[in-house]
Amino acid sequence: MERTKRRISTLATSLSVGWFLALRQVRRSSIATTVLIIFVMILTFLNLVVVRGILVGLIEGSTDVYKTAYAGDILITSLPKKDSIENSPDILSTVRSLPWTESMTYRFVSGGSIEANYKTKLRETDAPNSAVGSIVGINPVIENEATNLRSYIIEGEYLDLNDSDSILLGANFLRKYLDIEAPGLSLLEDVEVGDTVRVQIGENTKEFLLKGILQSKADQVDFRMFVLDTTLRSMSGKTDFNVNEISVFLKPGTDPEIVKSAILKTGAGDFARVQTWEESLPKFLLDIKNTFGLLGNVVGSIGLIAASITIFIIIFVNAITRRKFIGILKGIGIDSMAVEFSYVLQAFFYALIGIGIGLLILYGFLVPFIAENPIKFPFSDGILVAEIPNTMTRAGILMIATVIAGYIPARIVVKQNTLDAILGRK
Amino acid sequence: MIRAENIVKKFKSGDSEIIAVNDVSFEVKTGEFVSITGRSGSGKSTLMYQMSLLDYPTSGDVYIDDKRVTNLSSEDRTRIRLEQLGYIFQDYALIPELSAIENTMIPLLMQGLTKKEAELRAKESLDRIGLGDRLDNLPSQLSGGQQQRVSIARAIAHKPKIVFADEPTANLDSETSEIVLKNFLELNREGQTIIMVTHEAEYAALTDRVITLSDGSIVEDIYNKHK
Repeated sequence: MERTKRRISTLATSLSVGWFLALRQVRRSSIATTVLIIFVMILTFLNLVVVRGILVGLIEGSTDVYKTAYAGDILITSLPKKDSIENSPDILSTVRSLPWTESMTYRFVSGGSIEANYKTKLRETDAPNSAVGSIVGINPVIENEATNLRSYIIEGEYLDLNDSDSILLGANFLRKYLDIEAPGLSLLEDVEVGDTVRVQIGENTKEFLLKGILQSKADQVDFRMFVLDTTLRSMSGKTDFNVNEISVFLKPGTDPEIVKSAILKTGAGDFARVQTWEESLPKFLLDIKNTFGLLGNVVGSIGLIAASITIFIIIFVNAITRRKFIGILKGIGIDSMAVEFSYVLQAFFYALIGIGIGLLILYGFLVPFIAENPIKFPFSDGILVAEIPNTMTRAGILMIATVIAGYIPARIVVKQNTLDAILGRK
Repeated sequence: MIRAENIVKKFKSGDSEIIAVNDVSFEVKTGEFVSITGRSGSGKSTLMYQMSLLDYPTSGDVYIDDKRVTNLSSEDRTRIRLEQLGYIFQDYALIPELSAIENTMIPLLMQGLTKKEAELRAKESLDRIGLGDRLDNLPSQLSGGQQQRVSIARAIAHKPKIVFADEPTANLDSETSEIVLKNFLELNREGQTIIMVTHEAEYAALTDRVITLSDGSIVEDIYNKHK
């Protein structure tokens, strides 16, 4: 009992003496060394967070635009093997009346082909300058209120309600924006805004003025052609008002799952597939997202190991060069634990300052800067994803790794024979 | 106060064995100022390390106040070093990042004194050896003699039973050495027990008792008449 009491008292005193020593060692150590160690910690922390953040952000940028330019928070589409969403007017009316709905848009979608420069073709046997894809009928005002589609115009102008003879073309139909060769992929060449193009849906053909070109880096915009809903309905001979897609945008902070359940409760599930935007993501995007997340974790783990080894080496070299003084402290009766604790505290200090500065750089500069100036990738505008809980977890892991990496070398040196350490004997 | 009984310390050097201390026994009484002297390699420092619990003898025992201390655990030996013994090393052995007062405070803090109490006691100790005006100086800002006196202040601050000094004047010029010796004599006059290893006969002559070693054995143990 007496021994346990004494141990507890020694532990408390050791912590206090360790703190006393650590504070002074950090304060009076070489500024260059301190700056170097902290710099290593900052880089390690950023490596841990930013590399993964950019890898995930590549896909996040892509999924973000998928959500904002196309799907909304909830995407309602036709059931498999159905041409359109049956009972669309009722569903639209229900969704519009939900308290969480901020805006919504509907689309008629039909398959078709587009041909350009057909008037200047020299011979009938010449290959047509054409492409096939989805033709989408929209109400341009409603669509723009929901998806801000107008903002993706890179050439020409957006549609207005009187543009029954105009068409907007996704950039990926044009070779000048998508210069790739793939079997079965035909792209339009030498087509400019203002040209006349011919669109065929089923047996119906109609000439359109190419009014604008859209580019969002979401295939659901860039690989589609947009005309007025009335035009599409008349071309495809549609007499009902059943649409193919309804994108619902919710008020900020609303959980899409709650709204999805509310919509399904109305019986809409019998006529349409109701999905949250994440559920509706194409599988390849989810796969890439998971793969990049995994890659980010692997790179981060390697960074963590490298950081632990670096800190281990720094503390070990520091402890080895101070072996004599560690011996003296033990010699004059300072408990080993106090000496070990002083090194652990130093490692903790370096980690804390490094992570603190790293957080400032991350949230004060990198995240807002990359949000303002996304990294331009062919398939997305990459952002830096650094969710606070995830970042804090990584900071915690780095802190623990650093403290362990600081403790082990201190323990190794402290365990050496006291007299050998004092006299500098091997 | 402290008693060495049949202390033997052997070292291995390749295949051969070196006997650094060979069956040494003696006792130092409270308040004595004893010097252990001898030529280089005679085993005087090695003997001091065994008695001051910095090393383990190959055989033999050390008793402090009739309590056997050689068989104690490392933890208990550390405790005894902290509470009952004081150390002065040849090369001062100060912690470079700590000021004079902080170096002196360290053993006091480890004994559980508050920072304020430790500061007060450390200041008293430094005042006692004439360094009251150098409290906040780092070792690098002090001369060799001043550093050794800080080391003395650290050794006596916690009022140990015995102060061990290993060649405390070896790195000092004669003038500074005399100041350090004066400090020792004053401390001893106030009742401090001191065991000092020195190879300098003139300083050994100032102590109460001179134990001379040769090849690890005591060849002479005399009391100085001036006392």
